[in-house]
Order: sequence, then structure tokens, then C-alpha cells
Amino acid sequence: MIGYVLSRLARAAITLLVTVTLVFIFIRFSGDPAAALAPPDAPQEVIEQYRRALGLDQPLWAQYTGYLGRILQGDFGYSIHSGRPALQVFLDRLPATLYLGGTALLIALVLGLSLGAIAALNRGKPIDRAVMGFSVFAFAMPNFLFGLGMILIGSLAFQVYLGGQGAGVLAPALTLGLASMGSYARFTRSSLLETINKPFMLAAEARGIPYRRRLIRHALPNASIPLVTLVGLSVGSLIAGSVVTEQVFAWPGVGQLLVRSVATRDIATVQFLVLAIAATMITANLIVDLLYLVLDPRIRVR
Amino acid sequence: MAERKTPIPLAVKLAFGFLILFVLFALFGQWLSPHEYRATSLMDRLKPPVGFGGDWTYPLGTDARGRDLLVRLAVGAQITLIVAVVGTLIGAILGSLLGILAAARRGIVETIVVGAIDVQASLPIIVVALFVLAMFDSSFTLFLFLIGLTGWEVYARLMRGAVLAAREQGYVTAVRALGASPYRIYLRHILPNVISVALVQFTVNLPLTVLLETALSFLGLGVQSPLTSLGQIMSEGRDRLLTAWWLTVFPGIVIFLLALSISLVGDWVRDRFDPTLRTET
Repeated sequence: MIGYVLSRLARAAITLLVTVTLVFIFIRFSGDPAAALAPPDAPQEVIEQYRRALGLDQPLWAQYTGYLGRILQGDFGYSIHSGRPALQVFLDRLPATLYLGGTALLIALVLGLSLGAIAALNRGKPIDRAVMGFSVFAFAMPNFLFGLGMILIGSLAFQVYLGGQGAGVLAPALTLGLASMGSYARFTRSSLLETINKPFMLAAEARGIPYRRRLIRHALPNASIPLVTLVGLSVGSLIAGSVVTEQVFAWPGVGQLLVRSVATRDIATVQFLVLAIAATMITANLIVDLLYLVLDPRIRVR
Repeated sequence: MAERKTPIPLAVKLAFGFLILFVLFALFGQWLSPHEYRATSLMDRLKPPVGFGGDWTYPLGTDARGRDLLVRLAVGAQITLIVAVVGTLIGAILGSLLGILAAARRGIVETIVVGAIDVQASLPIIVVALFVLAMFDSSFTLFLFLIGLTGWEVYARLMRGAVLAAREQGYVTAVRALGASPYRIYLRHILPNVISVALVQFTVNLPLTVLLETALSFLGLGVQSPLTSLGQIMSEGRDRLLTAWWLTVFPGIVIFLLALSISLVGDWVRDRFDPTLRTET
């Protein structure tokens, strides 16, 4: 078991290191940073000066170790947009994104699990088909479209403008959580259906345990183990979705910062955000793997 | 298990119908309108569509530069379709080749490919695309390639698994014993046996590339004006959402129906042809 934990940790660390390395290579070879930073008509000597200041005259491995060293010290460079450290710019935006993403995840979990459970318990009935139809709809619906639709309907039918700040978290959170909600519903349904037909459920029925108790104490815990993976995986889709959703609703979060930094070529900020997103997702995957140990005793044997 | 003929569900038939209509519209839709998709007309700015105060000169209305929305939708549909199909093909070929290569060569090649799969799995494709677009000047070729990266790691993982399993099969040992070269073994014998895995994944990936293209173009970082795509039209119409709703609503409906139809057909194809799912429901 300790071996399993260690191997997961090592794999996460290696993946992160490879990501950092790829980011370094991309930034280093995408153009001459010195020429990009210097004024357009600067003479050659000035560009050379920039090159020395940025450490670009050193051999590649020295630049690489220098880059790694700076990252380990928490120095991610400065945003050319505001002149402030990229880390600080990110931290300013983080609470808004966590608030939005957390609400979206909560909505998706509560509604997705309930819809999936209702569908499974009414298998083949119209409500089951309606839930399955909804999950297909949720998957195919681009979130910017859903968001714009909500803004449009909100202002035409209810005279509320949802597209600006101060309009509340509900509309953007619903937009962001829609896709995850659909996949949770679908997954809960199939997982619950599978569990209900397992022999241990039949054994419980034979022991005379009432229906409600069988469902809540026996079926649900077993059906929800695979859902942990799904929730872990949806961290990625929530991050990706927030890039677009925040743009639609003018939500002042990290996703909006990323799009803005890409548009203005704020390389330091973009690079930091990419690393932060990678670190978040690697950590999420790691947590899922380790949670499995706690939830599913069968893995501990290995 | 005996093959049971199940009728095609109505929703899948409708989705097929829409896809055919969409392809026809993308190919020939430009002839529905006498206008050119880049032709501006200052006199005809923001004309509403027929039924909402507009006339038949511009059936779906015009945008802020007086360009005909109908012909722009047709061209946009064409570009979206090309990007989605070519992008999905690039991802399928690249990912499958890497997966096969990893399984065939093992050793260092496999380590690198598996490592790359891990890295890709820890970054949403839209973030990778945004990162690259921040570094390089946006061009249509680069954009196409980035869309092509969508889901390559899934193909690679699936194909690696399938080839590793196929290698252990008796027929491979048999052809190897007959003295077949590795190329012949992999291309003529193993590939036809594992290709269905990639084909099923293709239908799963297609709606994802449509959504990625439209999302990036919507953010203003994908297809660039004067070229257009469904997402790019929406991005231009977004600022006028409440005054000129047709600029967002029409392309929006097309994108939604397109993604919905592809996933309905894709789900059906997967359930029909993927033997591992045949026992379910």
C-alpha cells in the first residue's frame, strides 16, 4: 500500500516536472525574448544587453536550471500588463474563480446525482428517458451558448441583466456546471443500475432489509465509488469551462485573466497560469487515486 | 450472442437528417444568397431577419457592417466543418500512430509516449491551445493543428492497449513464425484488427472538436476575420446580444444542433459497433 502511494506521488511529480520542462522549451524557442522586450528599433547592442540581463547568453542547461530554481522560489516573473508579479495577479483573481467553480460543482453534484438516481429507479419510464435526453443535451450544449441564452432570456423575459458583475453567481455557475451535471446524471444512473443487480443486493433483500434502507445503506455507497473518479476528472472540465464562462458573464476570475493575457501576449502570466492549472489537475488526479484507497478496500490488497 | 436487429431510434434518424442538411448547407449554402460573405453595405447595417421587420433581400438579417448573415452562416458552417473533420483526423492519426509505435517499440519510446499522455491528461486542451496561441502568431494552419491535438492522448492510450493485447494473439505469433517483417505484421495484420477502436473514438471526438473550435473562435482566438466560422460570427454578434439577437441566436442554434446531432449519431455508432458495450441495457 505504501508502495502504491509512493508510486502515485512519484508519477505526479514527474508529470509536473515534464510539464514545466515543456513550458520552458516552448517559451525559449517560440522567438527571441530579448528582441521582443527591447524597443522595436533598438540597435544590436541594446538587444545584447537585454539578452545578458535575461540570462539568454548562458548555455541552455544553465537557463533551464535557473528557470527551475526561480519557480521553486515562487518567482514566476512579472506581468507585462500591470508590472506586478504574475503570482500576485493570479491570487487576486483566485477567490472569484473558486467561488464560481465551487458553486458550479455543488449544483452539478446535487442535481446530477438526484437526476441519475431518479432515472435509475424509474428505468424505462418517461422520466428516465427525459433524464437521459437531458444528459445528451448537456453534453452537446456549448457553455458560451447556454450562457448567452440565459442572458438573453433573462433580459427579455425577466428584465434582469445576468451578463454583468453583481448579477449573482447562479447563472454562471449553472452554465459552468451543466456539462458535469449531465455526465454525473448519466453515470449515477448506470452505476446504480449495475449495483442494484449485484448478488449482495439480492442477499440483502433475502435478509428482509426494507427497500429504502437497502437503497441508501447498500446500493448508494457502492454505486458512488466510481463517481469519485468522475468528480476528479471534472476538475479539468470545470477549469476549461470557466475560461469561456467567465468571459461570457464578465466574471473577474482566473479564466478571464487567461484569455486576456493570451490576447495581450502577457507571457509571464500565461506561463504561470498554465503551470498552476497543470498543478491543480495533477493534484486532483492524485487525490482521486488516494481516495480510492480509503473508499475501496479491494485496492489496498495490492 | 445472436445479432439482434434493432430499429434506428427516431432521434438518431433526425440527427442524420440534420447532418446531411448541414453538409449540404455548408457546401452549397452560399448560392442561396446573391451576396458575398465579406461584402459590406453601410446602408444595410443590422437589418433584422424576415418576420421581425426585415425583408427578403437579407432573409436572416445583416450584421454591424451590413454583411448578409445567411451567406456568412454558410461560409462559417463550411469552415467549422472543415476544421472539425480535418482536426479530428489529425488527432486520430497522430494519436493512433503514437499509440501503435509505443506498443510496437516498447522501451524508451513507450516511456516517452506514456509520459506525454500523462502530461496531456493533466491539461485541458483549451489551455494548451491558449498557451500556444499566446506564443505564436495565430494562423489558420496553426489553429487547425491545435484543434487536431484534441483527444490525441485518448487514441494513443486506446491503441497502445489494443496493440499490446493483439501482440499476444495466436495469429501474430503465426505470421511472425512465417517470417513476416515487423512492418508487415503491424500494418497488414494488427492494424486492421485494432482500427475499429480508433474509428469509434473518432465519432466521440468529433463533437468535441466542434465545441473547441467554436469556443476558441468565440473567444476571438480561433478563426480570424475576414475568414469566418460559426463561433467567430457569434463572437462578433455577442456585443449586440440584446439589440441584434439574430447575430448570436442563428449561429448558436446551428452549433448546438450540429454538436447534438454528431453526439447522437456517435453514441448510436458506438453502441452498435463497440462489442464491450453490447451487454449493457
